[in-house]
Amino acid sequence: MCTCFLVYLATSPLEHAVTANTTTDLQQPPLAVEMRGIVKRFPGVLANDHVNFELRAGEIHALLGENGAGKSTLMNILAGLYKQDAGTIKVKGKTLEFSSPRDAIKAGIGMVHQHFMLVPSQTVTENILLGLDEPRFLMRLQEYDKKIADLGDKYGLKVDPRTKIWQLSVGEQQRVELLKMLYRGADVLVMDEPTAVLAPQEIEGLFETLHSMVAQGKSVIFISHKLNEVASIADRVSVLRRGKVTASGVPAKGVSRQELASMMVGREVALAVDKKPKTPGEIILDVKDVHAENDKGLPCLRGLSLHVRAGEIVGIAGVAGNGQVELSQVIAGLRPCKKGQALLNGKKVSNRDTRYGIEHGMSYVPEDRTHVGSSPNLSVTDNVIMKNYRKPPISKGSMLDMSAATKFAQELKEAYDIIVPTVNTPVRLLSGGNLQRVILAREISGHPNFMVAVQPTRGLDVGAIEGVHRLLLTQREADAAVLLISEELEELIALSDRIYVIYEGRMMGEIKVEGAEPDKTLMDAIGLMMTGTPLEQIHMEGAPTHG
Amino acid sequence: MAEWTASKKRGALRVQLEPRLDVPPAWFPVAVSLGAVFVALILGGIVIAFSGGNPFATYAYIARASFGDIGVLSDTIVKATPIILTALACSIAFRMKLWNIGAEGQFIMGAWGASAVVLAPLLPPETTRWLFIPAMALAGFGMGGVWGLIPGYLKAKFNVNEIISSLMLNYIAVSWVNYWVFGVWSEGGFQMSPKFPTNASLPRLSDYAETIPFFRGLTTHAGLIFGILAAIALWFIVYRSRWGYEIRLIGDNPRAAKYAGINIVRNTILVMALSGALAGLGGVSEVAGVVRRLQTAPLNAGYGFTGIIVAWLAKLHPLAIILVSILFGALILAGREIQPSGIPKMIQGIILVCLIASDFLLRYRLRFTRGEVE
Repeated sequence: MCTCFLVYLATSPLEHAVTANTTTDLQQPPLAVEMRGIVKRFPGVLANDHVNFELRAGEIHALLGENGAGKSTLMNILAGLYKQDAGTIKVKGKTLEFSSPRDAIKAGIGMVHQHFMLVPSQTVTENILLGLDEPRFLMRLQEYDKKIADLGDKYGLKVDPRTKIWQLSVGEQQRVELLKMLYRGADVLVMDEPTAVLAPQEIEGLFETLHSMVAQGKSVIFISHKLNEVASIADRVSVLRRGKVTASGVPAKGVSRQELASMMVGREVALAVDKKPKTPGEIILDVKDVHAENDKGLPCLRGLSLHVRAGEIVGIAGVAGNGQVELSQVIAGLRPCKKGQALLNGKKVSNRDTRYGIEHGMSYVPEDRTHVGSSPNLSVTDNVIMKNYRKPPISKGSMLDMSAATKFAQELKEAYDIIVPTVNTPVRLLSGGNLQRVILAREISGHPNFMVAVQPTRGLDVGAIEGVHRLLLTQREADAAVLLISEELEELIALSDRIYVIYEGRMMGEIKVEGAEPDKTLMDAIGLMMTGTPLEQIHMEGAPTHG
Repeated sequence: MAEWTASKKRGALRVQLEPRLDVPPAWFPVAVSLGAVFVALILGGIVIAFSGGNPFATYAYIARASFGDIGVLSDTIVKATPIILTALACSIAFRMKLWNIGAEGQFIMGAWGASAVVLAPLLPPETTRWLFIPAMALAGFGMGGVWGLIPGYLKAKFNVNEIISSLMLNYIAVSWVNYWVFGVWSEGGFQMSPKFPTNASLPRLSDYAETIPFFRGLTTHAGLIFGILAAIALWFIVYRSRWGYEIRLIGDNPRAAKYAGINIVRNTILVMALSGALAGLGGVSEVAGVVRRLQTAPLNAGYGFTGIIVAWLAKLHPLAIILVSILFGALILAGREIQPSGIPKMIQGIILVCLIASDFLLRYRLRFTRGEVE
């Protein structure tokens, strides 16, 4: 498999190697954190099964594992959010017991969660001071603005202390979270999947910051399930699988991605997919010069045109927030189209009732599984009939035939391996992979002739990702047109027949994918386009292009 | 590990809370609710004992005063009837997370609508009961519906907070009815309208005492049939109809509903109108079954607000609402019999608090552990 986009954007390997050497080999510094025999049970799950974990001072230690492997649980215990059922925690050689996050912070452990805990209407400084005993009476904020700016300079965390949180990008908000922890005197920083929300450039910035923090004596635990990132940032790696440690503190340099992957999932994973050659049919989706605005009323699509033919998967590549999600919403009729139009089988679907698309063969796998794609407190049955409850046999006049609905849900449960006690179980109790199977089962069961899938594998573990990829390819086999919007470049290249790259709502170019083994030139070209260079201005040697 | 166990108080009992990750069996919520009522009665008993009463005697008396014989049972049901309908009204709006707290006003407007048929008069006094009652029911249903539709429309089209608008409409409804009671329809200057003719009243059981002597003195009236039919109809709408499915989906996740192509604006208006109409039907039942004339005070007795509580306690389930309403009817009735008169209100409050608190047990599991030793 190719080296990934993210790898070569990250800090230079040379600098990285130096840090790794000084900290790990020469000095053997004392352990910053030592966790021994940690056990944590949740109802029906042994989340941590006698886990040992060591963090050396001044290292970046990646904690790798699939969803549900127990990495977040372990770190939540370290951060004082959960209490272990058994086991000990030593920080700098001292045994400690945490009964709240406050205790953990006192011991110098700060966790940056995936979902930031910030107050949008307050400034950076106010957010950092929130919950502290200072300032005691008068809000002498200027003084603190200065302190925080200095702290930011020290660690390369550039952010204006007087800005309100809502005005900041996700990457900047993450810096605020880091500053919050540093201000509280954290020596050990736990980052829970910090890159999941970042654009590649921001990832690069984050990695630089982490390196500079480590250089100044901090230690970092980096939770991730992305193999390539781990290889590029971490000094050492520990891997968890189903609550057990499968690799403990292995030097990141000495281990291949395939080895890490098999430690994560316990078997060799085929990252490539089996895509058969196929001649695409006629145009199913035709997007013509579409303009639209985002939720803040700012233009986010500026004259986008593209098409998808029957029997092909067309990928949309781009850094998050460049209009991909809005494009899918315009097509589904969920977002007003200011200019231009989207046609499905020659009939207009933009600015039209969402129901029209649903009743004319469009299926839509939204980005947000829990807030858009499903209804958490309703049963599996209620969730799978969301698109076909208006049609017989589920609908019987104005009534619903509940036995037909249950039968339908039961069939999908078996056909799509949805693991759930009964179809009456509310879907909020389902794991991410299972919920995605529920959504895909619903969307595919209507035999769509067009499907738009937004980030269908985000946050899923390797096994579940394989399943989703297989289902998308089945749609291609069945001559459906598939529009795949993803931030995982490897996924796009593996699945797509063609890829459009968009940047700030504009088309940067179209690339035809031939064979599943893309070369570095192709990856570089897509990377450049994703950061705003149109295809015409890129000189590619030998890479097949058109459009 | 010795260090760890030493630092820990050996064998200390710890109570841990864990979110439930599974669905509890069907009997569990019922058992928890019954347990909560039981705990509430014990707590209430303690208070009664402190105020110098005998809790057992008091409870026995309350039970006798509301369920003791067929006569008081019938009175309990009379009290429960309007609550059933207002609680159903609240339940359907709450199901869609529309906080209609205007059932009180919709109830009164329903009563006014029914009265208008008799007093305007829209139908001559000698009209047969088979025409009179359906016409009154329809008018009350419609007036209540209009009173619910107003906040619904404002919410759907202009995003006006329905809590405020429906609450304010309560005051308008009372003033509106006062205007008619004090002025236009006043009977000789009294604050009440003339009595409705018998054929414009809902039949009571006692009306049939001549043929069935057992019914002598029983005040239960045909409004109960409205309540039961409405509950059954609502159950079918919510759990078995396409519309009900849309309501449940919007209530649980409006974004998913929009994504499924459901028209939220239209459903907001329709559900608020249905909610108002059901409360209005409650007003019809009360004015034509109990008061039998238009008069503000007995109609403005807080049935709409009690309906909010009952709807919650019944977890918005239409059939459970009937049972909870009867419990509340009993407490209202006992309120007149027990001294100091605050006691049944207090019990009502304690039951409410316990039931709401017990909801916690449905979402979390308590785990008792002793300090574990490795």
